[in-house]
Amino acid sequence: MTGRDISASRTVWLVARRELNTRLRTKSFLIGTAVSLAVLIGFVLMQSTLFAGESTSRVGLSGQATSIAGRLAAEAESARFSVRTSTVDDLAAGEAMVADGELDVLVSGAPSALRVLVRENLDEDLRKALNTLVQEQVLRAQLAAVEDLDPDQVLATVADATIDVRALGPTDPNHDQRLAVALVIVAMLYMALLLYGTMVAQGVVEEKSSRVVEILLATVRPWQLLLGKVLGLGLVGLTQFAVIGTVGLVLATATDVLTITGAATGTLVWGLVWYLLGYLFYATVFASAGSLVSRQEETQAVLLPVTMVLVLAFVLGFGLLSRAPSGTATTVLSLLPPFAPILMPGRIALDAVAGWQIALAMALTLASVAGLAWLGGRIYAGAALRTGARLKLRDALRP
Amino acid sequence: MPVAAVLEIDQVSKRYGDVLACDRLTFGVRGGELFGFVGGNGAGKTTTMRIMLGVVAADAGEVRWNGVALDHSARRRFGYLPEERGLYPRMKVLDQLVYLAELHGFGVNEAHRNAENWIARLGLREHRDDEVQKLSLGNQQRVQLAAALVHEPDVLVLDEPFSGLDPIAVDVLAVILRERADTGVPVVFSSHQLELVERLCDRIGIIRDGRMVACGTVEELRAGSGTTLVVHAPAAAPGWADGVEGVSVVERQNGRTRLRLADGADDQPVLAAALATGPVHEFSRHRPSLTELFRDVVGGDS
Repeated sequence: MTGRDISASRTVWLVARRELNTRLRTKSFLIGTAVSLAVLIGFVLMQSTLFAGESTSRVGLSGQATSIAGRLAAEAESARFSVRTSTVDDLAAGEAMVADGELDVLVSGAPSALRVLVRENLDEDLRKALNTLVQEQVLRAQLAAVEDLDPDQVLATVADATIDVRALGPTDPNHDQRLAVALVIVAMLYMALLLYGTMVAQGVVEEKSSRVVEILLATVRPWQLLLGKVLGLGLVGLTQFAVIGTVGLVLATATDVLTITGAATGTLVWGLVWYLLGYLFYATVFASAGSLVSRQEETQAVLLPVTMVLVLAFVLGFGLLSRAPSGTATTVLSLLPPFAPILMPGRIALDAVAGWQIALAMALTLASVAGLAWLGGRIYAGAALRTGARLKLRDALRP
Repeated sequence: MPVAAVLEIDQVSKRYGDVLACDRLTFGVRGGELFGFVGGNGAGKTTTMRIMLGVVAADAGEVRWNGVALDHSARRRFGYLPEERGLYPRMKVLDQLVYLAELHGFGVNEAHRNAENWIARLGLREHRDDEVQKLSLGNQQRVQLAAALVHEPDVLVLDEPFSGLDPIAVDVLAVILRERADTGVPVVFSSHQLELVERLCDRIGIIRDGRMVACGTVEELRAGSGTTLVVHAPAAAPGWADGVEGVSVVERQNGRTRLRLADGADDQPVLAAALATGPVHEFSRHRPSLTELFRDVVGGDS
């Protein structure tokens, strides 16, 4: 009979290794990776058709131009495109909104000489509609001065009357590619966080429902078991993420779908960093949520609030990144820890974020990871051995 | 055999809501002895064992091993068979046992050797590469026992180790437990199979409502419990023995009456009373069995 000591780090490693062995060897892991790759490739190939065309133009009207709101809407309706107008009081503020992507178009000036400001280029439908409005206005003025009406003169004047379009920046020829890369990384992060977060929760519930946790916790401490599980599954997820990302990148570059290899590689690296941050953030939450129930059937229900946050981040990410990657809402959301791991890498991919914002988002996420690890560890330790009915959070925290 | 207890449960209390699962429970287990832990359902056996393993925290009192309050590293030297059996359902038998041995600090080679050894001892050789969930319940129980033994524990705490085993496996396990005890390991196990406990255990503790109501060797438990008389008098009416001094009726069945004769009381008046009712086909004296003693202290409703 010998007393055998074992270091905490070896215990954690043994637990993590078991997770690695159980997951990496399974067919479902290989199949899952292959299917994700196929989905990703399909997504890359389809992206150009997916994101072109279907959008409502947000038009800000300033000064005298506010009077065209009704007629612009009527034009849009007859030409079957979608437009949403708003009134902008301050021209400078309107310019800033265009720059941030909160507005697509800013229209100012007299109705007979509209000045149009856009970020990169003006939608063709909108250009036609605005030109029609200006020409109508000029024609009306000409018709008002009936004394010397020269039809040719009138027609020439009307034809010359077009809107004055100014673009804030040169059109980025790679913008579509950048957007595609950003949306791919957002989708990958969403799937990876959801999948591996759920796996952590299911692992916790499996140990509870099979009661193996009782002999495990007679041997190892709760935090060692939880940490080992989180690390093991995290490594599995990281491997899968890196494989899918790299293969996707190589394929897209080889088939010339992607020509911005440098930027895309940078995005993948940032994606891995944010996968780790996001995984650590969500894994503890998923694990403590999972530890509240004792049966696999109850897992989905108890995880719902957490998965909803991820779904929200994903949906917001898609919307905001394609419309206003540096707008106020996007900036604020991308700094908040629950959303940062999905939004921030998307903004980085679009080159639409300042360095200090990245640093701040990382610091906030890391701080909340520390807080959640402490809280999650307590919940897990309190709940892991209480089998039976679903526990309330408060009961789990009570010693 | 050392007389001092190496494993002491001292004034341990645990309350679950309105239920007092352990009420200042106190007993000791000596090194090298088999200690049978018996009690009705809900008497507190499982809670006591879970407290010993640190799986549940006691509200008061402490558990000591070799005079020192148990801590996590000492408990790692325990072998534990929980009431609710639990193993990874999709893990193979051998992998599972190796993993548990490694968690207890064994190197990979030693862990393999021990796992293979217990697999062979418990007759699981043909199942070593099967997933646990594919085994029959009896075989799962054997794996669970192997899991409690695979790290050569210094203390064994087994909750109902014999339930679900076939008679052959019961014999194998009885031999194994005695073997472990012979190396100086204290072995505590709970069971409802009282004949088995009586046959196997060096000492027995009977628990009721969270309190130890009797504790000692079977002989010690019998002290003061008198003698059991079995009288087969088919014509006897109920209550035939009521007038006899020092006698109480334990049960009546098919004309056979089981009575308890107080220590020092004379059995002849009982025979006379029986003969007065008609023919007597049997009149025998027994030492009370553990089952009878158990009914005495627990109240006969178990």
